[in-house]
Amino acid sequence: MKEFEYQIKDKLGIHARPAGMLVKCAKACTSKITITKDEKNVDATRLLAVMGMAVKQGETVNVNVTGDNEEQDFDKIHSFFQENL
Amino acid sequence: MKCYNGKAAFQGVAIGRIVEFKKEGKLVHRVHIENPESEKKRFSSAQAEAMHQLDALYEKAVKEVGETNAAIFEVHKMMLEDDDYVESVENIIDEQSVNAEYAVAATGDNFSQMFAATNDAYMKERASDVKDISERLVRILSGKSDDSAGISAGSIIVADDLAPSETVQLDKSKVVAFVTREGSTNSHTAILARTMNIPAIVNVPVPNNLDGKTAIVNGMDGTVFIEPDEKTIADYKDLQQQEVEKQNLLQEYKGKPTVTKSGKRINLYANIGGVSDLSAVLQNDASGIGLFRSEFLYLQEDNYPSEETQFHAYKQVVETMAGKKVIIRTLDIGADKKIDYFGLDKEENPALGYRALRICLTREELFKTQLRALLRASAYGNLAIMVPMVVSLWEVQKVKQLICELKTELKEAEIPFKDIEFGVMIETPASVMIADDLAQEVDFFSIGTNDLTQYTLAIDRQNPKLDVFYNPHHPAILKMIQMVIDAAHKHHIWAGICGELGADLELTQSFLEMGIDELSVSPPMVLPIRRKICELD
Repeated sequence: MKEFEYQIKDKLGIHARPAGMLVKCAKACTSKITITKDEKNVDATRLLAVMGMAVKQGETVNVNVTGDNEEQDFDKIHSFFQENL
Repeated sequence: MKCYNGKAAFQGVAIGRIVEFKKEGKLVHRVHIENPESEKKRFSSAQAEAMHQLDALYEKAVKEVGETNAAIFEVHKMMLEDDDYVESVENIIDEQSVNAEYAVAATGDNFSQMFAATNDAYMKERASDVKDISERLVRILSGKSDDSAGISAGSIIVADDLAPSETVQLDKSKVVAFVTREGSTNSHTAILARTMNIPAIVNVPVPNNLDGKTAIVNGMDGTVFIEPDEKTIADYKDLQQQEVEKQNLLQEYKGKPTVTKSGKRINLYANIGGVSDLSAVLQNDASGIGLFRSEFLYLQEDNYPSEETQFHAYKQVVETMAGKKVIIRTLDIGADKKIDYFGLDKEENPALGYRALRICLTREELFKTQLRALLRASAYGNLAIMVPMVVSLWEVQKVKQLICELKTELKEAEIPFKDIEFGVMIETPASVMIADDLAQEVDFFSIGTNDLTQYTLAIDRQNPKLDVFYNPHHPAILKMIQMVIDAAHKHHIWAGICGELGADLELTQSFLEMGIDELSVSPPMVLPIRRKICELD
C-alpha cells in the first residue's frame, strides 16, 4: 500500500472536468485507489461519488493506492493530481 | 409594459419575440414487470444510444462553444457509465421488478438530491447534470425523439431552466437571448450563454403566458421588459448598437499584439481597483495590469487589513493573471477619503497633505505589512510594486531599504518571494524635475497624469469654475511627459502612463512619438487604444 496527502490548488476544487479525468486515470490503474476526505472514503473510479465529495481548493485529501502494480499506479495518480489539481 | 428583475448572467441587449421553451411532459410511470433481465437489457441499449447522442452533441458543441465548454458532455458520458449510477438502476429493477424508466428516474432523483445537498455552489449545479442524463435515458426508453423545437429568427427563449443539452441544441442563429425563471450564475445557461455571446438573465420571476410577446432583455443589469413601449424600444436599440460596436471591436482586436504598422510595440495594460475587476481585464485582453489600486483592501473593513488578508488578495490577482505583469500601487489615501480607523486629521488641503507615501513612511509598521504581503505574493506570478506621490530621492531610497529588510526577513524564514521590479509614480512636478536622479534608483516610471496635471496647472479638477483655465493637453504637461521618458531611457528603464491621459486617443500618436513604452488604461479602453495604435504607421 502506498499513499499520499494532497492539498488541492485548483480554484474550483475537484470539479466535473478534472473529476472525470481523475476517474479515467484511476480506471487505467489495476490498483484500488481510494480518496479520503474528513474520514469519508470514496473509490476513485466512481465519478458521481468523487464529485459528491465536493472537494474544494485548499482542502487536503488522502489518496491510497493498493495493488500488485502500486508503484507505477502511485506515480500515475500522484502526477495526475500535481498536474491537474 | 411590464418590467421584471433577475440576475444578469451575461451582458448584451436583445430585442425579440418570446418563445416559451416547454419541456416535454415527462411523466414517468412506475410499471411492474415480469422479466428484470430484459429490463436491464433495455437499460443497456438506452445507455448505448445515449452515449451515441452525447457524442454527437459533443461534436456540435466543440464547434460552437469550444472544447472547454463542450467537455460537459464528456462528463455526462462518464456519469452514464458510472458504476454507482448503473448499479443503482439495476438494483431497483431487480429488487422492485419495475420498468427501466422508473429505475432511471429514481436513480436520477437520488443522485441529484445528493448534489443539491452539498455545501458547494458549483456542485449544487451538477444536480441538473444528473437530471439531464436521466431525462435523456427516459426519453430514449419511452421512444420519444430527441428534437429541438423549430423557432423563428429573433427569438428570446424563456424557460424555467435550461439543461446543457437543451441550450446546445437550440439553433443559435435564431436565438437572441435566454431568460430562465430559475438557475444561478453558475448554471449551464449562464456558462454557455457567456461563450455563445448571447445575453442571459436567470432567476427572474416572469409569468407563464408570454409566448409570442415582444420583449427586451438587458443583460447588463438583469431587467426584462415585456411588451415595451416605443420610447423604451428606441432607447434600447441605441444601447444595442453601442454593444454591437463593442463586440465587433472585441472580435477584431482581441488576441492581437499592440504594434504599429512599422513594428513599434507598446505594452497595453489595464487600470483596476479591485479583485472583481479582474474579469474585465481578461475579457478586454489587456496584456497586464499597469495600475492595481490597493485602497479597496483598506476600505472594505473597519480596521487595517492584516498581512494574510492582503497576501491572499494579491496572490489571487497575480495567479489569475497567470504570468502577465501586475503592477500594484501601495496605499494611496488621504484625508479626502473617509477611512475613520486611520485617524487622519482633517486638512485644509488634503491634496497637498498627509497622504499616500507620506503616511506609509511615517507609519512604518502599516507600510511594512503591505510590502511583506506583496513580496510574499510575488512568488505566485509576475508582480511589481509601485509607490505614489514621490517628491524626493530619499523617499525612494527609504522604500528600497524597507523592501531590502523585508526580503532578508523572508529569506531567513524561508518564505519564497521573487526579485521583483520596483517603480514610482511620477505625479508631482518635483519628481519630474528630478526624474534623472530617480531613474537611477528604480526599474520604471508610471506617469500619473491626473494628479500631475492638477499640481502643475494648480487647478482643482472638482471646481467647474476653472474649466475655462483647464487644458488636459497643456504644453507644460506634454513637455513634462517627454522629460520623464527621456530621463527614463537615458538610464535604461521603461516609462508608461497610467493616468487618464493615456486613454486619450488624440494623444496616442504623440505619446508613441515621444517614446512611451507602456500605456495603462481602463479596461473598456484597451481595445480602442489597440486599434488606434495598430492603425498608426
